[in-house]
Amino acid sequence: MVGVEVTEERVQQVRDQLGLNDPLLVQYANFAVRAVRLNFGDSFWQKTPTLPLVIERLPATFRLTAAAFLLAAPLGILLGAAAALRPHTVLDRVINVLSLGGVSMVDFWMALMLILVFAVQLGWFKTSGYGGFAFMTLPTLTLAYAPLGRIAQITRSAMLDEMTQPHITVARAKGLSERRIVFVHALKNAAIPVVTISGDMLSSMLNGAILIETVFAWPGIGLLTLQALQRRDLPLVEATVFVIACMVIVVNLLVDLSYIYLNPKIRFQ
Amino acid sequence: MLTREDAARPKSASGWVIARAMLSDPITFVALTIFALILISAVGAELVAPHDPLEQNLRMRNMPPMTPSVHGNSLPHILGTDPLGRDVLSRIIFGARVSLTVGLSSALVSGLIGSILGIIAGYYRGLADDLIMRLVDIQMSVPVLLLALLVLFSLGPGFLNLVVVLAIVRWMTYARMARGQTLALRNSPFIDAAIAIGSTNTRIIFRHIVPNVASPLVILGTLEVATLILSEAGLSFLGFGIQLPQSSWGLMISGGRQYIASAWWIVAFPGLIIFLTTLSLNLLAAALRSISDPIQRERWLRKKVS
Repeated sequence: MVGVEVTEERVQQVRDQLGLNDPLLVQYANFAVRAVRLNFGDSFWQKTPTLPLVIERLPATFRLTAAAFLLAAPLGILLGAAAALRPHTVLDRVINVLSLGGVSMVDFWMALMLILVFAVQLGWFKTSGYGGFAFMTLPTLTLAYAPLGRIAQITRSAMLDEMTQPHITVARAKGLSERRIVFVHALKNAAIPVVTISGDMLSSMLNGAILIETVFAWPGIGLLTLQALQRRDLPLVEATVFVIACMVIVVNLLVDLSYIYLNPKIRFQ
Repeated sequence: MLTREDAARPKSASGWVIARAMLSDPITFVALTIFALILISAVGAELVAPHDPLEQNLRMRNMPPMTPSVHGNSLPHILGTDPLGRDVLSRIIFGARVSLTVGLSSALVSGLIGSILGIIAGYYRGLADDLIMRLVDIQMSVPVLLLALLVLFSLGPGFLNLVVVLAIVRWMTYARMARGQTLALRNSPFIDAAIAIGSTNTRIIFRHIVPNVASPLVILGTLEVATLILSEAGLSFLGFGIQLPQSSWGLMISGGRQYIASAWWIVAFPGLIIFLTTLSLNLLAAALRSISDPIQRERWLRKKVS
């Protein structure tokens, strides 16, 4: 910012201008004021207001997250329910290994391996960059795998609990088909833990995308955060963190609101 | 009255019963073996590694796996060499030391902080509980990787800072669990009895609460080691964790990234080792959970040790 060869005096002058020598509490108060005004100042790196820079990156992140979530959540719930339906069978074991693999997966390594096999060797997809199907497939798969495993695990255990409940016995006694019992009677009651973990996964995808977006050079908010950190661009870091925190809060709020719909007991309170 | 069935039932999951049960389950046995091997090679890296991890040889750059070594009598480069001609297997073995140390020590530190605060919150309740749990809530709303990046950004990268940061970032999970378990125990009759005979709070906490909340916390700790190893790898990959000339698995992947099309082994093997480590830790945690739950344990032991 001030060049390579500068006097200590000039450095201190710039630090003063930027407010970096103020006490922490003052700096925090200034940050709070900036956050309320939604104005975090100009980026050191781009020399333009920061918030528009962040907003501009949101569509890319939303696209990737939405694609990965729409893949992970339905498939995870389906696999978890299938495993719970036939516990301790080969199917259950296979799903179990699959979901444990997702939870243990090194996501950025998986990304590089997918690039190696499907982009470099086979040439089916692009190695990196922003665009349509050829660009999106590999990052979506990588981003979806860990949440898929986690959601499948939680669904399985919630469903196993639910299947021992008396109302399931009643449904069986009425002679309902097993499929109807599982997907209508059990799944809706097992939904609360599943929705909770899905919400957690959604917010972790909004920020876990830092690694994936970096590997695939996907121009979303995760990549921007990393670039801001690497360039020590304080206003830009502030703005990205603020926007990410807002997104997490919105997701958590949606999860809480969904409880009202899912569980009538909560609605009455 | 003690029926015959009661007498035949294993009383506790201590000692060799756990060991025997774990060894007799094939998947758990494999997981235990893999983790033990990785741990042993990390501890005895000097003895196990076939080559010097720092020895460079520019004529041996990016050699594929099983290339014979230039030193005629030593082992070939089993997993190939990296862009500076260093042996990948030896670097993985020495990297294990860094990655495991970071994972284990930060899990221990965050586990201690989180458990202590959680037990305090659950046992004393009131103001302490409110303060601690609000802190947990606040920190839970900031994504983990982002928080770690921010703290490392202001503290600067490096080994010690990494341990500190990972401990700060992950203590809440323990606090939540310790508090929940303590709250449940607090209302049980044996705690009332201990209060009635005049035990002090410290005595109740150490004699009655801690032994009862320990096992779920140990299981959580096993899972956390896996998570922390993954976080260390990610942070080092991004350049905010372990710094050169030290080596860790995440750093090796980041270093080999630009050669991925011509020398896949530099990236593939360190990642595979991280994956195997976290997978075996997750499997071990699952087995420990089955053993420590009395109902499941009985089913388990009856099946395994009969």
